[in-house]
Amino acid sequence: MDTDIVLKVDGITKRFGNLAANDGISFQLEKGKVLSLLGENGAGKTTLMNIIFGHYMADEGRIEAFGQELSASSPAEAIKLGIGMVHQHFTLSENLTVLDNIILGTESLWHVTQAKAEARKRLAHLSSEFGLKVDADAAVSSLTVGERQRVEILKALYREARILILDEPTAVLTPQEADQLFATLRDMVARGLSIIFISHKLHEVLAIADDIVVLRHGKLVAAFPAASASRKQIAKKMVGQTIPEPKRSEYLPGNVLLEMTAVHVLSEEKRPVLSDVDLTIRQKEIVGIAGVSGNGQKPLSDVIAGLVTPISGSVKLRGETITEFTPRAMVQKGIGRIPEDRHEQGVIGDFTVAENMVLEKYGDPEFSRFGWLKLTHLKGHAEKLIKAFDIRGAGTETAVRGLSGGNMQKVILSRVLDNNPEIILANQPTRGLDVGAANFVHEQLFKAREEGAGILVMSEDLEELLAVSDVIIVMYHGQVSKPIPVDDVTLQELGLLMSGDGFVAGHSEARDVA
Amino acid sequence: MEILDMFLTVGFWAATVRMATPLIFGTLGELICERAGVLNLGIEGIMTTGAMVAWMWVYQGGDLWSAVFVAAFFGLLFGYLHSIFSVYMGLSQHVTGIGITLLSTSLSYYSFRMLLPGVTTPPKIVPFDEFPIPLLSDIPIVGEALFTQSPLTYLAFIMVGVVAYVLYRTPIGLAVRMVGENPMAVEVQGIDVHRLRMGAVMVGSAFMAVGGAFLTISVFDAFYFDMVNGRGWICVALVIFSSWRPGKALLGAVLFAAFDALQIRVQQASSSFIPYQFYLMMPYIFSIIALIIMSRKAAYPKALLVPFRKGQR
Amino acid sequence: MLLEPRLHTPLWVTISAPIAAVAVVLILCSGLIIWAGAPVLDAYISLINGAFGSRFALSETLVRATPLIFTGLAAAVAFRAKLWNIGGEGQLYMGALAATYFGTGLVDLPSFLLIPFLFIVGALAGGAWLLIPTLLKTQLKVDEVVTTLLLNFVALLLVNYLLFGPWKDPLAMGWPQGAPIIDDGILPTLIAKTRLHGGLIFAVVTAFGMWVFMKYSRWGFETRAVGLNPDAARFAGIPITKTVIRTALISGGLAACAGVTEVAGTKGYLTLDISPGFGYTGIAVAMLAGLNPLGVIIAALFVAGIYNGADSMSRAMDVSNYIADVITAASLLLVLLAVMLTRMRIRWR
Repeated sequence: MDTDIVLKVDGITKRFGNLAANDGISFQLEKGKVLSLLGENGAGKTTLMNIIFGHYMADEGRIEAFGQELSASSPAEAIKLGIGMVHQHFTLSENLTVLDNIILGTESLWHVTQAKAEARKRLAHLSSEFGLKVDADAAVSSLTVGERQRVEILKALYREARILILDEPTAVLTPQEADQLFATLRDMVARGLSIIFISHKLHEVLAIADDIVVLRHGKLVAAFPAASASRKQIAKKMVGQTIPEPKRSEYLPGNVLLEMTAVHVLSEEKRPVLSDVDLTIRQKEIVGIAGVSGNGQKPLSDVIAGLVTPISGSVKLRGETITEFTPRAMVQKGIGRIPEDRHEQGVIGDFTVAENMVLEKYGDPEFSRFGWLKLTHLKGHAEKLIKAFDIRGAGTETAVRGLSGGNMQKVILSRVLDNNPEIILANQPTRGLDVGAANFVHEQLFKAREEGAGILVMSEDLEELLAVSDVIIVMYHGQVSKPIPVDDVTLQELGLLMSGDGFVAGHSEARDVA
Repeated sequence: MEILDMFLTVGFWAATVRMATPLIFGTLGELICERAGVLNLGIEGIMTTGAMVAWMWVYQGGDLWSAVFVAAFFGLLFGYLHSIFSVYMGLSQHVTGIGITLLSTSLSYYSFRMLLPGVTTPPKIVPFDEFPIPLLSDIPIVGEALFTQSPLTYLAFIMVGVVAYVLYRTPIGLAVRMVGENPMAVEVQGIDVHRLRMGAVMVGSAFMAVGGAFLTISVFDAFYFDMVNGRGWICVALVIFSSWRPGKALLGAVLFAAFDALQIRVQQASSSFIPYQFYLMMPYIFSIIALIIMSRKAAYPKALLVPFRKGQR
Repeated sequence: MLLEPRLHTPLWVTISAPIAAVAVVLILCSGLIIWAGAPVLDAYISLINGAFGSRFALSETLVRATPLIFTGLAAAVAFRAKLWNIGGEGQLYMGALAATYFGTGLVDLPSFLLIPFLFIVGALAGGAWLLIPTLLKTQLKVDEVVTTLLLNFVALLLVNYLLFGPWKDPLAMGWPQGAPIIDDGILPTLIAKTRLHGGLIFAVVTAFGMWVFMKYSRWGFETRAVGLNPDAARFAGIPITKTVIRTALISGGLAACAGVTEVAGTKGYLTLDISPGFGYTGIAVAMLAGLNPLGVIIAALFVAGIYNGADSMSRAMDVSNYIADVITAASLLLVLLAVMLTRMRIRWR
């Protein structure tokens, strides 16, 4: 074939401790093509891209870009060879402007002046050429997620990237924004760029990719043109076997458990982040919250978790108004909380499994007396939960930080579910987990629902929400929509509502009548 | 009304500007370190070291200006040591800083004793003379206060401008500002985060050492133990007070020095019902008050105190 | 260079790492001894003898270790909660002031009551002195590093004022020192003809107490949680502010006890130089001990030995006794590094 190979990856192996995050991976990227790297969470996709971009150095193997070998492990070298990367977590400095973020590193650090005027011109040119509108002097903190991604792409283009790597770019975008991104990518390809696109969302991949490479447990298990692939085939390659997804039983909600009426929450800078929110959660019900990150999900979950007090409005639990918004009070009232970030908020990494499991109730008579901890009870309690939840990779006295994401989440789940909570707040419960672990989480949530709990699930993964929820509520600009039965809405419709198109703030019937 | 009269005396303002000098150097130095994301609690010790080595250099026959460079060099050295622990190894910046202060101070005292054994009263050297700037120093009042100062004082004021320019108008300044906010953003643009931070800490420490040198080769003429007397810590407070901006750092240093000068004069002037020790407490209490005022809205560099570990997400 | 967490650290590594670090320090500091023109091996032998080589030397080391155990505990407890208490020196002096105020005749109690009473009021004074910066931290978000440090200077000036002024002992022939502690308040001597006093017992018992507290008590659990991950602790419902304040009261109280033992045990009366930097040295002790209360006892003995040994060595050879400070400071840094290396592996790239 006469097509150029712009990137050649040969036998890349990378080990962390005993684990081979990448094991003998080889593939090629042709000029002007879109290659999609698929795999579930933990398959090694990001590690591989980090090696290509120079964040890590591989233990074995070789990478060639445009015929030249990548030898050092530094992003500087990758950039020099024409590789650009848009990371999954944005690498922008919030307090500085778009222009500052883009020109950083483009001029020698020993220069005594900055050529800002030229930079501005060049940026404007690129911006219009690729249809990526940005305000060069805007502070990054004022940009939306979609705009920030545009800045990240421009950053790479400004450095004359000819190969662009995008790591899970659509994880934080609405379906409409994702479509816009794909249009931009197609445009770039037409101009001769080559693209590697990491995702775990099959429908997107099939929409945009020319070639597909599938990773599983660090190994490359399949590589084929997108045209010849079927969804089922790919899914099987990704996971290795068809794991049956847990099924949700019929929707038969019971009594009202949690009722929020006209809740307002202000941010630390006294700006409204939650406006006039009415929300109801019933027994045997899973309510899914959809929305672009930053539209009020965090304040909402903070209220229910007891981390923030609303400035007005009422929150009633089983008819009783809540007056104290502290984590302890919420736990005691029977609210179980799975935090958004298990590393930062969920567990104390250096504490043992046993200690983490009693983090919310070490003061209970079961675990302490006269101010002294009953360590044997702690241990026994942990042993019981480890068995019940099949937690692997640790004993009761192992530090939690050594556990895998899935097992760490199990520790948190076990802690939450052990109290038989009536209401469960599950914030991004399967983020970063592989299919097996994610299924386990869903199973547990369904089980709790069967037994009468009311569950609030927040997730950036719309497919997950559609699979798991009974009703879905969209959040936009701090307001909530009316609950939409899950069968009555499609992914696309959700996407539109999430970006404000057709969004109408919903209020409970009681208020409408009044 | 005696107190208000003091503000009109040239002597007061001259003293203020003079006493502000070590604070300007120290605060600028700490500001550079913290902007890059590193808290440098070695400042008290590094200032002590700067004071000692500059003085010793002159005492052993060196000239005053090369003494400044020697002090800066030792500042670079201890800054390098600090950054190996705090940046390269990612160890606790609090503990590293205290360790550096204790180490540099003790090494300075040990060296002093080794080079001048059995000395009870510290010997003196000939310090920097005041250098009146031609023409400007003839302006009444202001001329004597501002333009008849030690060359190191002029250097301090010039450095405020230099640091501000470098920080806001050069590529390396942009990189330093960013690395203290989001080091990952710097790494992905191809700049080595560790090298950048280490460089900032070294340069900042050099500034601190020069601030210490000012005490022995300009203001006083001998090296006393405990000479720095907490000025380093006050600079750490002043950095917060200055919102990490060089211009405000100058303002804070001058303000603080004014209070200090005031406290000395009031002590001397009044027949004192208030014991002098309470006047001496003022600088420290003022610093605490300054911190209270500024801490509410303090916009700390976001990555301050957070070690950057390569290859970690 | 990449740092990777080790999967498992064997116990012998954990124990030998600090020892190896200290060995490296002693080797490095031999350079200083050579500079002074003294024979290295003889100098170190002289140091060891001066520290532990005779009954008297050992008793002196124990005397010096007593306040270091207290200030070491103070730093260890505070640092565990990530409360950066650098104000041990000031809190020590506050304890000394309280002991002087109450122990020089104001309160008349039999010895077995007066001594504990002096410790209690001392601890309250020290706790209160640390409470000020701590409240500034919890209520106003003022960083405690600088405030605790600055208050050291204020405390010293206060002592200066009192000793030159209203508390000056008229019987002391002009020297600035406080009135002597009454006999019932003096800590009993443990070994005749030495300065070793009952303060050592208090210190060791307190260290054990703190160890038990951290490991087995509810409050210890909360303190460790808040220090390791305040976000997760807050999410789980652990009261952060209460925990930090409680830690401050304990830490300040511990440092103050050092002041009490020096006034009521070692010296018998308050002087300006009752602490040659015990507060700061305590931080080094705490770090050498890995913030472990039992380790503090050993580290305090070590550091006290170094200082005593250096004093003796400097009398025998022409090596300035400031070498003790250098050894302590260098040990602090190298042990910090060594402890990290026991937990992480370096991969050179």
